[in-house]
Amino acid sequence: MDLSDAKRVVIIGGGQAAAQACASLRLFGYQGDITLIGEEPALPYQRPPLSKAYMKGELAEERLYFKPATWYEDQNIDTVLSVRATKIDRSAQTVALEHGGAVPYDALIIATGSRPRALPVAGADLSGVFDLRDLADVERIRPRMVAGRKLVIVGAGYIGLEAAAVARQLDLDVTVLEMEDRVLARVTSPIMSQFFADEHTRQGVEIRTGAKLAALKGADGKVTTAVLADGTELEADIVLVGIGILPNVELAEDAGIACSNGILTDEDARTNDPRVFAAGDCAARPLVHYGRKGRLESVHNAIEQGKLAAAAITGKPRPTLDCPWFWSDQYDLKLQIAGLSQGYDATVVRGDPEARKFAVFYLQNGKLIAVDAINSPPEFLASKKLIITGAHLAPETLSDTSQSMKEIAAAAV
Amino acid sequence: MAKITYVDHEGTERVVEATNGESVMETAIKNSIPGIDADCGGACACATCHVYVDDAFMEKVGQPEDMEQSMLDFAENVQANSRLSCQISVSDDLDGLKVTTPESQH
Repeated sequence: MDLSDAKRVVIIGGGQAAAQACASLRLFGYQGDITLIGEEPALPYQRPPLSKAYMKGELAEERLYFKPATWYEDQNIDTVLSVRATKIDRSAQTVALEHGGAVPYDALIIATGSRPRALPVAGADLSGVFDLRDLADVERIRPRMVAGRKLVIVGAGYIGLEAAAVARQLDLDVTVLEMEDRVLARVTSPIMSQFFADEHTRQGVEIRTGAKLAALKGADGKVTTAVLADGTELEADIVLVGIGILPNVELAEDAGIACSNGILTDEDARTNDPRVFAAGDCAARPLVHYGRKGRLESVHNAIEQGKLAAAAITGKPRPTLDCPWFWSDQYDLKLQIAGLSQGYDATVVRGDPEARKFAVFYLQNGKLIAVDAINSPPEFLASKKLIITGAHLAPETLSDTSQSMKEIAAAAV
Repeated sequence: MAKITYVDHEGTERVVEATNGESVMETAIKNSIPGIDADCGGACACATCHVYVDDAFMEKVGQPEDMEQSMLDFAENVQANSRLSCQISVSDDLDGLKVTTPESQH
């Protein structure tokens, strides 16, 4: 559908995908109305620092925001904040708001993001138990991050481990609980899991794998104890929960938009309604370099789909699709990830984990599909390009540190 | 406070007031300077805020650290005066700084 005569674009959500869509719509020359409806009181801000520099107190709040308030005014973007959208009426082309009223649209971008998976145990509602998702969460957590306090983190994913690193640097007593038999089990290989477990242990974190939380106990409504399934009791002044996120698809589903673990989109971020797009954590998109659909929880994805939706609405050519990429900062380690490792049948280690500078490449039938690079930007940046081109690489070439990544990339086919 | 001039690849100049302590990248993003993507928001993770520093300021701006240098090695059209603008912190010393943005960050 040609939407180039659209005069009213509505964006539900106030995260990175929404901010990108606003910026890209204007950059692509769209001059009509833009209304951004956000549940949070804050203008769009960066989430990654929330479990890193911002949590540690090294980044001022104003530096989290993508754009200052004046930018939205200058760009004539109407920001409706602290307001939930309650219903999408596709035949009337309106979005209803919780306090009444409805905003009409010619094109709609759903960028509702995701929410933390709730902790399914008794005591999860005690004071001192926190999710780590929004700016408001971190504002509540930070004053409690005091040296010597006992912090229990539930879930050894990236968020949990990043928070553990910050907490150790602030000298808290940190225990990480993970149900699986290794940290980062869902997202990386055993080699990387071992590396991060060793690093956190060396930094003084107690990592407990195969540990199932049974309940949280408290006194006077405040958490005091984490009880494990085997009966172990751990003292806890603070509990942080990082056990994954769920896409916010309910608005779309209720409106009859096709969903399957995310709002289904095509390569232009368009849903099965030609006037409706979805972008960011809530969208299940074609993963064009992998021949399947899936949901990506990442900055790259939010930016790319925000751009795709804006390009489709304004009739601009589809932007070039990047290789999925991610990063994580823990202590002085920078992990950069290119590609998606699911389905790998071989791993190749380049460099020396002991030197805290190495990479693990993931191959499938000889083709490079992903890399986890620790303090190794060349391995990351070269792989981003090699993955897109579908390069096949011999394990002995990738592990040969006498050749630079530039040389390896130049010789790849 | 420092004034920074951003020159795009076609030679158009844009002068903005920068806040001390923020980066040359952040200043660009907040002022909608074209030519800088800064996808990672300043974490030195993505290499999409590449700029060319005006020769007169090379000494004041200083040399990139190892992580930045190894990322720059993979940027397009890298030159001796290439820097990642997220790693340049604004101070009074940089008043008058001029940087040029490349045609593309990818």
